[in-house]
Amino acid sequence: MIPHRASAGEPEAAIWAALAEVPDPEIPAISVVDLGVIHRVELADDRSTLRVELLPTFIGCPAIEMMREAIGLRLGALGIAERVEVSLTFAEPWTSDRISAAGRQQLRSSGFAPPPHLRDLGALGELPTLTVVACPYCGSRETTLENPFGPTLCRAIYHCAGCRQPFEAFKPI
Amino acid sequence: MTDLDAATREALAELVLTLADDEFVLGFWDSEWTGIAPMLEEDVATSSIAQDEIGHAKAWYELLAELTDDDADRIAYGREPDAYRHAALMNHPRTDWAFTVARRFLYETADSIRLEALSRSSHPGIAGLAAKMRREETYHLLHWSAWMRRLAEGPETRARIVAALDRLRPDAEAIFSPLAGEAALVTAGVLPDGLAALRAAWHERTATELRALGLPVPVDEAPAPTEGRTQRTDDFRWLWGEFTSVARAEPGASW
Repeated sequence: MIPHRASAGEPEAAIWAALAEVPDPEIPAISVVDLGVIHRVELADDRSTLRVELLPTFIGCPAIEMMREAIGLRLGALGIAERVEVSLTFAEPWTSDRISAAGRQQLRSSGFAPPPHLRDLGALGELPTLTVVACPYCGSRETTLENPFGPTLCRAIYHCAGCRQPFEAFKPI
Repeated sequence: MTDLDAATREALAELVLTLADDEFVLGFWDSEWTGIAPMLEEDVATSSIAQDEIGHAKAWYELLAELTDDDADRIAYGREPDAYRHAALMNHPRTDWAFTVARRFLYETADSIRLEALSRSSHPGIAGLAAKMRREETYHLLHWSAWMRRLAEGPETRARIVAALDRLRPDAEAIFSPLAGEAALVTAGVLPDGLAALRAAWHERTATELRALGLPVPVDEAPAPTEGRTQRTDDFRWLWGEFTSVARAEPGASW
């Protein structure tokens, strides 16, 4: 999922390590790398510019500006390039399948059900009501979708019959 | 896309402006349901959908600002009401819930057909945004279709939805009103299908869905209104006063 480059030299490893320390502002348990929002990292040969392109999870996500700023600050502190440019791109759509396996575990441990894999869902149009999502607290699969819309654009609200609690799930998209 | 001639670039800017204004104005109208939707879960859902639309508008305005060397906030908040180019469908206030559901149904079905075409655009900025929006709009479509089914069932709600569809349909046709320079956009592949073709696809789609719900299917033989995106109403002027009030209070302030 994460576009590691084949020729990752030393500075690139440091860049990715630094990115892995930048949390998602809305769900801080997961990093921007595990969330899969890093589309491309490009360090100019003369090290004048370090360019990072981000794929927004949702177009209207208000957290994207915070991510952009945090990434700029963190990479600026590395001192690898004279200038750090962080931009957004829609060159390809971010999908929930870009969340890494580690990221899915981090979501679960902070009380969010990870999104079902799109490959298991068939057409996107059929998915939200037909999906079984396991409860992140007790693991029960006896859960029901309460609302495909939640407190942020990327989250849906479920209820678990096993432990009788509501919980949130990351939307498949 | 640098090889587009000046006339085509102008048409491209006009197209993006219509896409942005449709989402922007509808997003603001629907945000008025926050706190007063028919039930709590619906409050969350409508607000989330309205936020999506404002986000989509922002992305289109930013693309437009890039194309025209302008500022996205200036375009969104710095125009007089007559300079907005949303379809007449968005001139109406939110009215009652059936009215909002009817408008949403007409808009989402039209928007999904439009976005499908735009995701094949030769303009990479448009194609990328449209592809991403389609995924988000899938949730909107499902949501408003569920409400259509629900309202079509009860006698009173059915009467209201029929009346609202009747009232809104002519103004919804304006989503596909011809654009100046449209032919050049089609030739360049920026708009892969002409608006008349998209409108025909939308008629077919809405007819299928309305028939399945046992609701009347309108016959639209007249061409789309030519003034469909330039006529403004007092209701819209009121909304404009609301959504520009902060920007007008402190012009040029940075936030």
